[in-house]
Amino acid sequence: MSNSEKHNGANGVNRRAVLAGGAALTASLFTPKLLRAQDFPTAAVNTTGLAVTDDTVTVGILHSVTGTMAISETGSVQAEKLAIEQINAQGGVLGRKIEYIQEDGGSDWPTFAEKAKKLLVSDKVASVMGCWTSASRKAVLPVFEQYNGMLYYPTFYEGLEESPNVIYTGQEATQQIIAGIDWVTQTKGAKSFYLLGSDYIWPRTSNKIARKHIEKLGLKVVGEDYYPLGHTQFNSVINKMKLKKPDVIYAIVVGGSNVAFYKQLKAAGIDMTKEKPLLLTISVTEDEILGIGGENIEGAYACMKYFQSLTNENNMAFVKAFKEMWGDDIVIGDVTQAAYLGPWLWKAAVEKAGSFDVDKIREASPGIELTTAPEGYVKVHENHHLWSKTRVGHAKRDGQYEVVFETADLVEPDPFPDGYQ
Amino acid sequence: MFSDYSMGELGAIFAMQGFAGLILFSVFVLMALGLAIIFGQMGVINMAHGEFMILGAYVTYLTSNVFADFLPALFSIYFFVAMILAFIASGLLGMFVEWAMIRHLYKRPLDTLLATWGLSLILQQVYRSVFGAREVGVTIPDWIMGSLPMTDMIEIPINGIFVMVLAVSISIALYILMYKSGWGRQVRAINQNRIMADAVGINTAWTDRMTFGIGCGVAGVAGSAFTMIGSTGPTAGQLYIVDTFLVVVFGGAGSLLGTIASAFSISQAQSILEFFLSGSMAKVLTLLTVVGILMLRPQGLFALKLRK
Amino acid sequence: MTTAPSNRLFTKSEAIGFVILAVIVFAILPLALDTFRLNLFGKYLTYAFVAVGLVLCWGAGGILSLGQGVFFGLGGYCMAMYLKLEASTPENTSIQSTPGIPDFMDWNQLTALPWWWEPFHSFSFTLFAVIAVPVVFSFIIGVAMFRRRVGGVYFAIITQAVAAILTILIIGQQGFTGGVNGITDLRTLKGWDIRTDSAKEILYFVNGIMLFACLLTAQFIRKSKLGRLLIAMRDQEDRVRFSGYDVANFKIFVFCIGAAFAAIGGAMFTLQVGFMSPSFVGIVPSIEMVIFCAVGGRLSILGAVYGALLVNWAKTTFSESFPELWLLGLGALFIAVVMAFPDGLAGVYTDKIAPRIRKLLKRGPPALPAANAQETAAE
Repeated sequence: MSNSEKHNGANGVNRRAVLAGGAALTASLFTPKLLRAQDFPTAAVNTTGLAVTDDTVTVGILHSVTGTMAISETGSVQAEKLAIEQINAQGGVLGRKIEYIQEDGGSDWPTFAEKAKKLLVSDKVASVMGCWTSASRKAVLPVFEQYNGMLYYPTFYEGLEESPNVIYTGQEATQQIIAGIDWVTQTKGAKSFYLLGSDYIWPRTSNKIARKHIEKLGLKVVGEDYYPLGHTQFNSVINKMKLKKPDVIYAIVVGGSNVAFYKQLKAAGIDMTKEKPLLLTISVTEDEILGIGGENIEGAYACMKYFQSLTNENNMAFVKAFKEMWGDDIVIGDVTQAAYLGPWLWKAAVEKAGSFDVDKIREASPGIELTTAPEGYVKVHENHHLWSKTRVGHAKRDGQYEVVFETADLVEPDPFPDGYQ
Repeated sequence: MFSDYSMGELGAIFAMQGFAGLILFSVFVLMALGLAIIFGQMGVINMAHGEFMILGAYVTYLTSNVFADFLPALFSIYFFVAMILAFIASGLLGMFVEWAMIRHLYKRPLDTLLATWGLSLILQQVYRSVFGAREVGVTIPDWIMGSLPMTDMIEIPINGIFVMVLAVSISIALYILMYKSGWGRQVRAINQNRIMADAVGINTAWTDRMTFGIGCGVAGVAGSAFTMIGSTGPTAGQLYIVDTFLVVVFGGAGSLLGTIASAFSISQAQSILEFFLSGSMAKVLTLLTVVGILMLRPQGLFALKLRK
Repeated sequence: MTTAPSNRLFTKSEAIGFVILAVIVFAILPLALDTFRLNLFGKYLTYAFVAVGLVLCWGAGGILSLGQGVFFGLGGYCMAMYLKLEASTPENTSIQSTPGIPDFMDWNQLTALPWWWEPFHSFSFTLFAVIAVPVVFSFIIGVAMFRRRVGGVYFAIITQAVAAILTILIIGQQGFTGGVNGITDLRTLKGWDIRTDSAKEILYFVNGIMLFACLLTAQFIRKSKLGRLLIAMRDQEDRVRFSGYDVANFKIFVFCIGAAFAAIGGAMFTLQVGFMSPSFVGIVPSIEMVIFCAVGGRLSILGAVYGALLVNWAKTTFSESFPELWLLGLGALFIAVVMAFPDGLAGVYTDKIAPRIRKLLKRGPPALPAANAQETAAE
């Protein structure tokens, strides 16, 4: 019954091009330490019976490729496959090629838990790159803790969690929110905010953190509203916004609702390029703009850690390799980049620990630095989140963001902020 | 909550809010008309209604790409062409489905529900395979996405007017078709007594096929119009299905006027509640009220005097 | 459907069917599968509860509910609330600003347990609530609808709306319900760790026993006078009414029974899977539950169990191997069942397989080649 295909590298894509991309990244950024498998005998690096042989190691990829979440999770799968391909081109991890088993969560949370268990118990994978929504992460979390697996979770999320069995490669809410609100108050002189979100835990928690911070700054929240996921009629709330005249519309709308919201905002005569009111979002990456249409969101600001338009060398190489592997039309959003970090962070942890054992990886993870990350330099915090810079992007008509601000230093992750709980 | 605002502002907002309600009303009418014909006149529960709408949206997407590539000069009017194509595409698919599936199930209305649900799953996967799992961005001509400033406060979205005009014209067209044309008389005759209709020489098979096709075609036009205000993705159709069925059932099956009245009352209730409450609670309250009223008056607002 | 109604609880062939199913559930599956797969089948069997309830409501009573997920969810949530309270000891939740309440309440700034959560500290109350809450709810819906002679399509659509309302409500009130994430990280039942392999196996058997209790109840109802009245109502409601029976009461009763079955399934689901979320309450899972019933055969309670097992097993298998094709397959299954096999697996069995078996048995146990010849002759 468990007959998922094992994949070795990218199937059906231009392998040579990918290797070239990987090699370019390696040559320019990495000083390759050639680790040979015979220096690390399998018995020594794998004491817990994981799927490690003398020349391969198996990891799991667990995302939805069917159902409503497939829209969002496709990019993460692509990024993870690219990273694995590149690592293999460099000689793998401890001299072993990475093979992966991909499972489909089907946008269904028990399926995620089921498949996570299969990956850990039946396939004995050394680590899992996966999950996207909070609900799927919450569903698999007890499984990872019970069977002591390691999950690399890519999405920006609400925080309030710190599992020894998860490395959170996206930002938690305070990292994303506070820098953005500080920026909009300092450079744009914003005094009043209207908070809007889809009705589930991430937008609600994020808006709570935003509200506390806004009120701490002595500024005003003039409205707060939530709509069910998939809601497509926003005219009433847009009217409320017109009545309250906030300086900033702080929008955390997700999924299909996004498209409806921005189209209706534009049609209601709110021209975001005039910045009256200014629109700041933390939920619209370049991926979402594809569906919304660049012309409908031009002029909005987004606050997150990565934009495809970053001009550092790492990112140029990453974007090039990504397009070579998955096609020129593709765009890369914040989560896709965070997903790309997963395999690399895992490789770094394995090499630091000199072992595939999950306990040793957990111990080795804090303090790991990645100088090759497309977003720039990142570092793993004691609390398993990443130190990372937060940036503000200005949406352009072509669907890309122009980076207008970035924090001077790395922002410390703080999943349990004081007073926000 | 109103003490902070001047009378002028309040007046403007109520005008805007009324208009928002009218837009919602038009959206509901567009969603429900196709279903009202299929469910009301034929008794078929078409759970794939949303997918027929999305087919219209995808046709619009393709048309916009064709115009952008080959006829950029005419891009500003492509939308009208797209709506006609959407009607034809969804209508033809509807006729095919009626021929392949629905005509075998007229005696088992509950089974049409299951079969069309299966159809909706298949269509979703087909869209996903053809157009990808991501939503596609449909470029709308700039003139539709603008707004007409009436006063400082009041701005009328042009796409709203567009949807309203469309809803009114399709309603009128369907009314004439159903109640003033000979063909409409045939459809209603079949609805009231299929065997007698057959006996007096009405080609029931063909009329059924046309009715189903027209209902689906109208859904396609609605989907095409919704690219202006909503998203176009493989599963977007499911978002509409519950609202749509409730509008039709609340109005009373078999009555176009009932469907319109019910769309009007539900949309006004929802839009007013949304202004005073959070969006989620407004939705829950609206649905609860509708279900509550249906429990008291199960035949809907305007029902034909028929008991099964 | 047996052709000649008999007053005994089982006809011979029905008894054989029950025994075969018991052997499969209690012997073959546990012996053939490892704990992981067995747990999966345990989960599938929880859907079988809903499907058996649907056979009574829909197959026998002609009432198609598209909101069985509501009752499945209510049962599951009642159980999950109890387990969550047990998992949220002050020690386990010491990092919270209010220790001792469920974690999601703390995230939503609740500082005290809502009053309606309090009774769920008691296990016996929880067991009562698992059945009572959904039954009361279904009773209210049933009275409102059936007394006014709402049926068929209208009933289906209204139950669907109820499922939509409940989902939005659960997601919107996340401080009280856990929102879209649901109630997760359930650990122990009266101190017994439900996450261990041995616990999963025990729960599987408990689940199986509960399922057979429901099956026997269903069988009893169908063989009773009530069961025959239900079928009479489905086929000619007015004649039954004119004969002096209060049609509505029978419908309400059978609808409540279906709700109770679904609720037991939901509670067992929570115990075996370890969490409950609104994604089992909504419209999509509710319709999927109808298809389990339809595939098995809407007239056969045993068929419903096989339907639930088969569809879910296929879902797991196909979505592992061909995720893209799965939806196409499921869609085709819906259409095929309605168009070609309206009586589902059970229909295929009674029409195609049973007569052959009977023929074979009549001739005595023949040698294998002879049996094959027999089959070809029967074609």
